[in-house]
Amino acid sequence: MKLIFSKLPIFIAILAIVSCKEVSNEVVKEAPAPSPVKVYTNQDISVKAYEYEGLQYFLNRDNDTTYVINFWATWCVPCIEELPYFEKLNTKYKEDKVKVLLVSLDMRKMIESKLMPFLKEKQLKSDVIVMTDPDANSWIPKIDSTWSGAIPATIIYNKEKRKFYEQSFTYDGLETELLSIK
Amino acid sequence: MKASKFLGFFTVVSLLTLNVACKESSNKEETDQTAETVEVADNTAEEAAEETRTGYKIGDVATDFSLKNTDGKNVALRDMADAKGYIVIFTCNHCPYAKAYEDRIIALDKKYKAKGYPVVAINPNNPEKMKDDSFEKMQERAKEKGFTFPYLLDDGQKIYPQYGATKTPHVYILQKTDNGNVVKYIGAIDDNYEDESAVEAKYVEDAVDALLAGKDVPVKETKAIGCSIKA
Repeated sequence: MKLIFSKLPIFIAILAIVSCKEVSNEVVKEAPAPSPVKVYTNQDISVKAYEYEGLQYFLNRDNDTTYVINFWATWCVPCIEELPYFEKLNTKYKEDKVKVLLVSLDMRKMIESKLMPFLKEKQLKSDVIVMTDPDANSWIPKIDSTWSGAIPATIIYNKEKRKFYEQSFTYDGLETELLSIK
Repeated sequence: MKASKFLGFFTVVSLLTLNVACKESSNKEETDQTAETVEVADNTAEEAAEETRTGYKIGDVATDFSLKNTDGKNVALRDMADAKGYIVIFTCNHCPYAKAYEDRIIALDKKYKAKGYPVVAINPNNPEKMKDDSFEKMQERAKEKGFTFPYLLDDGQKIYPQYGATKTPHVYILQKTDNGNVVKYIGAIDDNYEDESAVEAKYVEDAVDALLAGKDVPVKETKAIGCSIKA
């Protein structure tokens, strides 16, 4: 009996330390990706749709990767022109912890009719998600206080640096900016 | 018995100590994270301040212009002698957002022209960069939709940079005063481009209603997604 009592505090202490460690481990580990509000599928292509709450996760990841986030839409001519540069960047820096994420702002009624056929035709290598939150005035300033809402617009960030661009890019311009942040 | 009591007490104390230590460490991490967020926000603010702001701010006096309307005649703000102000909208033919708002722009003109705030639409795009926004296509569109307001071509793309428009549609509400046409609102038409029936905030209507009532405009600036202007 006495033996059990004398060992009990040690046992509890160990238990507490273990559970404490687990808690702090969770803080360090990145939260899982949020669930999309909808998933659009067309044969082998599928795209996840998010509102601002879900999108935030992709704009604030805290790991060793540098993320290049491009806001675009199929109807936006200058966006389509610069899309190949983002694709090239994504492929070239694949092994160097760089990830391109293309955030489509196509209107909901255009996702099935325009975005999905476009993605099927282009077979983009970069990740694509779609942002379907129509109340843009609430989320544009949260993405960047200087953004007027015109697209194309791009964010390049990692856990140390972040830059926002409301402009079109050439490939060289885009690569220079990436290297200034990476 | 005494020993077990002591042990029990010891257990409680040690557990409390551990808990506190555990909490402190996670609190510290939270604090660190907050500090990081604040730092990021500071950087953004600095960058914004560094950038020279072009175009009008609320309270600035907006320039008048004389631009060619789809009927071939030039239109200037000063021509509309009865107006109390103007709903100047940079818009165009090709942009899906501009198209989504066409009917709402017509409705704005119908509602507010008689009250003294007519719509004046300006296409800021360079037709050489965007064929669908040529003067001829503007004429076609104005006819098709039965525009009740002037639809002007910003020939040479000289007016929109003075206003600071970056996209279509982009609205500037001006109030006519003795000192000129003062900018009272800059931004979006309302808060839902894709579904008019789901609109909750009619920014432009609220602003003009306030001006007509002699009140302060409730929401002076809003942001919206739009097509970048092609100069």
